[in-house]
Amino acid sequence: MLNTLSNLFYRRPAILTLLLLGPPLAWIGIVYIGSLLALLLQSFYHLDDFSGTVIHEFTLATYAQLLDPANLTTILRTVAMAATVTVFSAIIAYPIAYFAARYARGRTKALFYLAVMMPLWSSYLVKVYAWKLILAKEGIISWVANTLHLGWLLDLLLSTPVIGGSSLSFSYMGTFLVFLYIWLPYMILPIQAALERVPKEYVEAAADLGASQQRTFRDIILPLSFPGVVAGSIFTFSLTLGDYIVPQIVGNSRPMIGQTVYTLQGTAGDIPLAAAFTVVPMVIMAFYLLGARKLGAFDAL
Amino acid sequence: MKAFQTATLALLAGAAFWSAASTALRAADMEGEVDIVAWPGYIERGESDKNYDWVTQFEKDTGCKVNVKTAATSDEMVTLMNQGGFDLVTASGDASLRLVAGKKVQPIDVSKIPNWSTVDKRLQDAPWHTVDGKHYGTPYQWGPNVLAYNSKVFPEAPKSWSVVFEEQNLPDGKSNKGRVQAYYGPIYIADAALYLMKKKPELGIKNPYELNKDQYAAALDLVTKQRALVGRYWGDANVQVDDFKNEGVVASSSWPFQVNLLEADKDVMAKTPIASTIPEEGATGWADTTMMHAEAKHPNCAYAWLNHSLEPKVQGDVAAWFGSVPAVPAACKGNELLTDSGCDTNGMGNFDKIWFWRTPIGKCEADGACVPYSQWAKDYLAVQGK
Repeated sequence: MLNTLSNLFYRRPAILTLLLLGPPLAWIGIVYIGSLLALLLQSFYHLDDFSGTVIHEFTLATYAQLLDPANLTTILRTVAMAATVTVFSAIIAYPIAYFAARYARGRTKALFYLAVMMPLWSSYLVKVYAWKLILAKEGIISWVANTLHLGWLLDLLLSTPVIGGSSLSFSYMGTFLVFLYIWLPYMILPIQAALERVPKEYVEAAADLGASQQRTFRDIILPLSFPGVVAGSIFTFSLTLGDYIVPQIVGNSRPMIGQTVYTLQGTAGDIPLAAAFTVVPMVIMAFYLLGARKLGAFDAL
Repeated sequence: MKAFQTATLALLAGAAFWSAASTALRAADMEGEVDIVAWPGYIERGESDKNYDWVTQFEKDTGCKVNVKTAATSDEMVTLMNQGGFDLVTASGDASLRLVAGKKVQPIDVSKIPNWSTVDKRLQDAPWHTVDGKHYGTPYQWGPNVLAYNSKVFPEAPKSWSVVFEEQNLPDGKSNKGRVQAYYGPIYIADAALYLMKKKPELGIKNPYELNKDQYAAALDLVTKQRALVGRYWGDANVQVDDFKNEGVVASSSWPFQVNLLEADKDVMAKTPIASTIPEEGATGWADTTMMHAEAKHPNCAYAWLNHSLEPKVQGDVAAWFGSVPAVPAACKGNELLTDSGCDTNGMGNFDKIWFWRTPIGKCEADGACVPYSQWAKDYLAVQGK
């Protein structure tokens, strides 16, 4: 019996491949793609407001609801937050990655890796709650500001329209800072990988040809490492786009897409609108990834 | 199977107390387990804190293994019960009638529950579990949504919910803007309606959960204006505790659970002392019922649990753990964990002032069509986004 089987596999290797690949493919097909399709299907139904039950008929009315001012604002708010977080993480991550890739050696480099990776080892929730305490009105930031007699500066910052609030942890600034902290490692690591792949010879050649350091950076290093920035931005952007825990703990309660989906499916029982909402980040990310591929981000991963 | 039954019987033989308490249920009929959907913290077997355990002894006495599935929202409970496979659920008032209407729960025979007679008379025929004279479960615990306030800022307890709904200067001379909170759940619109019942009698609101278009518009308008006062809405009880401690929140709707936590912390009480009250408008609240699934697979174990859940010791322990009020008044005396003042702290005396949570539905008795809950949910989300 075993012999027959092994002969069969020897003569028809395709069968063996199929048997080995079958289960994981079925998993992806049924569990992953299948649930996405079920979600997509749901978004074409709609909720009857009078009875509160889902009507299983094809309609685009649910998608039209996304254009309601309140829903549109939620989408724009989330995209704006994701974009801001991405831009600032790139600005902060680049110098760190640059130092690590081009200057740090031996122990320093190990230390650097540890410093970047360590926050990823602790629980996400613990970090968010810790930040809530740091940013609180009675937290360490305002304590330091008051001790240095700079309380007025913090108040000035918090009185800024839109991004301000009654305290750092009750404002967009707080949400932004926590996102920035949480996702920063995902930006640093791809940039560092991209920087390490910039051939030394190019830099030396540029120097031989008389280019200044600034010029070398601008014309050689930055363009060659840019795909790394784009790769990192995929993480920071998409993770912020879908998160629903950070804005619930730190911020001013103005809902982001994730929270809206959570409330719509959990509390309101409006699965169709929740499904339509989840399609939004998927569409945004599809375009984002197309753009990122053009910029060569997938070669930098 | 035989060996198992023998073991069960052997265990039961030792439990003289149990057989005396419930002669109606014969040990041999026990199915060996019972599946319960419950709120987190409602059914404890001493895993969080070994003093809080009302499961282990029940399992020993009856041979019914208790399997708990916790659910975070009423909607999740309804979904789980719709899927089936459970015997019991601890449903709040915003889920219980939905379960009855959906025929997912069965009427229970109170004569099989010796402890039924000890249940608070005010809860025995409560409309959220009694339909057409039939009881669809046994009351478990209840509690008010109190107004928690900082007693340094308010030397006297605020008399009205207006301190969280309308912009005004608080007794300390500063505005309430950014210093009050509201509950993040859409059911909070009922709190606004409750406030309007007194404030604007011309609206004719008779029940904060049954609002016609105009009444609903007025309540929604009130919570929309409230948005400007609220720094952040609270959903997680522990986060709210922190907001009272560290964020300068001085007044908010809250649960006795948070107030108990804050009052137990001496450092907090020295710096930001918190107390709670029920203002003259009354308050909303929740009352939970243990209900039995229409197709319960382990009815005898389920009945045994229903009876067990009404034991004064169990009721008192749950109340102490959760900050709620027991459905059995006898539980208020002589419980070590709850202490004799526990029931009053958790709101025992306020029953008549409370409008218990119910799901707003489109069909309602008063004034024609009412605004359904799905609309509440969508509008309240939009309010928070403003």
